[in-house]
Amino acid sequence: MFYSIKELIEQSKAYPSIADLMIATEIDNTGRNKQEIRRLMERNLDAMEESISKGVAGVKSLTGLTGGEAKKMADYLRAGRFLSGDLVMTAVRNAIAVNEVNAGMGLICATPTAGSAGVLAGVLFAIRDRLNLSHDQQVDFLFTAGAFGLVIGNNAGIAGAEGGCQEEVGSASAMAAAAAVLASGGNVEQASYAVAITLQNLMGLICDPVAGLVEIPCVKRNAMGASQAMVSADMALAGLTSVIPTDEVIEAVRRVGEQMPSAFKETAEGGMATTPTALRLKEEIWGNKDK
Amino acid sequence: MTEVRFNSVFDIIGPVMIGPSSSHTAGAARIGRVARNIFGEQPEKVTIYLYGSFAKTYHGHGTDMALVGGILGMNPDDADLRNSLKIAYEKGIKVGFVPKNDPTEHPNTTKIVMKNDNHQLTIVGESIGGGNIRVVEIDGFKVSLSMSRPTYVIIQRDVPGVVASVTDLLNREHINISTMTVRRNGKGSQAMMIIEVDEIRHSIESELKELPNILSARYFE
Repeated sequence: MFYSIKELIEQSKAYPSIADLMIATEIDNTGRNKQEIRRLMERNLDAMEESISKGVAGVKSLTGLTGGEAKKMADYLRAGRFLSGDLVMTAVRNAIAVNEVNAGMGLICATPTAGSAGVLAGVLFAIRDRLNLSHDQQVDFLFTAGAFGLVIGNNAGIAGAEGGCQEEVGSASAMAAAAAVLASGGNVEQASYAVAITLQNLMGLICDPVAGLVEIPCVKRNAMGASQAMVSADMALAGLTSVIPTDEVIEAVRRVGEQMPSAFKETAEGGMATTPTALRLKEEIWGNKDK
Repeated sequence: MTEVRFNSVFDIIGPVMIGPSSSHTAGAARIGRVARNIFGEQPEKVTIYLYGSFAKTYHGHGTDMALVGGILGMNPDDADLRNSLKIAYEKGIKVGFVPKNDPTEHPNTTKIVMKNDNHQLTIVGESIGGGNIRVVEIDGFKVSLSMSRPTYVIIQRDVPGVVASVTDLLNREHINISTMTVRRNGKGSQAMMIIEVDEIRHSIESELKELPNILSARYFE
């Protein structure tokens, strides 16, 4: 098992890839065999792809606060006139789709959480066709992301309730950036820089769900996480580095999470959640139930 | 690093689940299901205490539906989770929710009290992110169960020889124990054994139940 990014990089040198190290570690830790482990991951992959299709087709959440915007993004993409690149826009569309399905109590794959499920799926299915990733390579992408996610989770956290959105969408975005670097032919050091760049940029992000729902601002935060992952991956692939070592950045995320007041940790007591409109929406949605 | 909380790649990638929140929905369903499995049967009355973020946002995240769904035996990917309150009502299970202000160690904590004519169980669970959970208290006994590896939860009479008969059986089946906790309410009454084992292999739950002085035995993967 690897407990830091440094250890992850060192241990990966003995394997063909980070994904292979992750699978070997999983065999050690759980006693499951390789076929079973890959089969479980394939189920996750299938769930991600299905949730994108469902969201792009158009869904509505139970409250009606979110939904239908992945479809708008898809129409906008098809029209062909957009400012940022088509892969970034596709990642954004996908991420919104997954989180709209999530908000509608639909089936998704948590990566690392449900509230941040759009990021990794968003990135993977945006770059898949450009990079001609085979089915096995797509499964490997998830093992790679999981390896970086384990280090972040064990040294900082993955729950908004514990450390804010920086640990939730932040973790997801960092994992996606690292996996995208490796899928695109980058090396493990570059992947590690992509993690550092992403976490630095998302540091301090609070978790402030309107009416306590995983809808506003969560759905669009996922779009941001997916686009940041793409941009971080490109920066790392271009040779940009991080002066602060990745493990120190992760440690800083943990500290910021601890110092963050509880109003910003999924309690719906701060940020977007306490705007006048949010308070009105909360009253409309839950007012009767609370009385 | 203070503590290794995540050991498996599937703690990070997965679970496949019904939204909207892995900690407030999937984790809650898992805690409910573990509570039900340890209780061993359908309860007649359930009181669910909610702490921290659970107390503040349980409506919005479907935490109430997920906990009750779990208590009904549903998994986090069960499409019926959203109907669980109605299903519990139809089955005649009385469910009450009590949001609390008391501080807890983890922000997503719940205490579930299940009652029947003949027995009662109190279990405290934490949802630590990504659908992962930790059971921290069973009937007042402090425990720390991740439920991420195969686990036997055994309730037995507090008489000599029970622990030995259980470990003998595990030994005969070549099952290696990774952690083992034995707790009791008071001398001569009931005791509880929680055994985490290394490998997934066929469950010996039914053989365990046949042993003398064993009141219940449950296996979790």
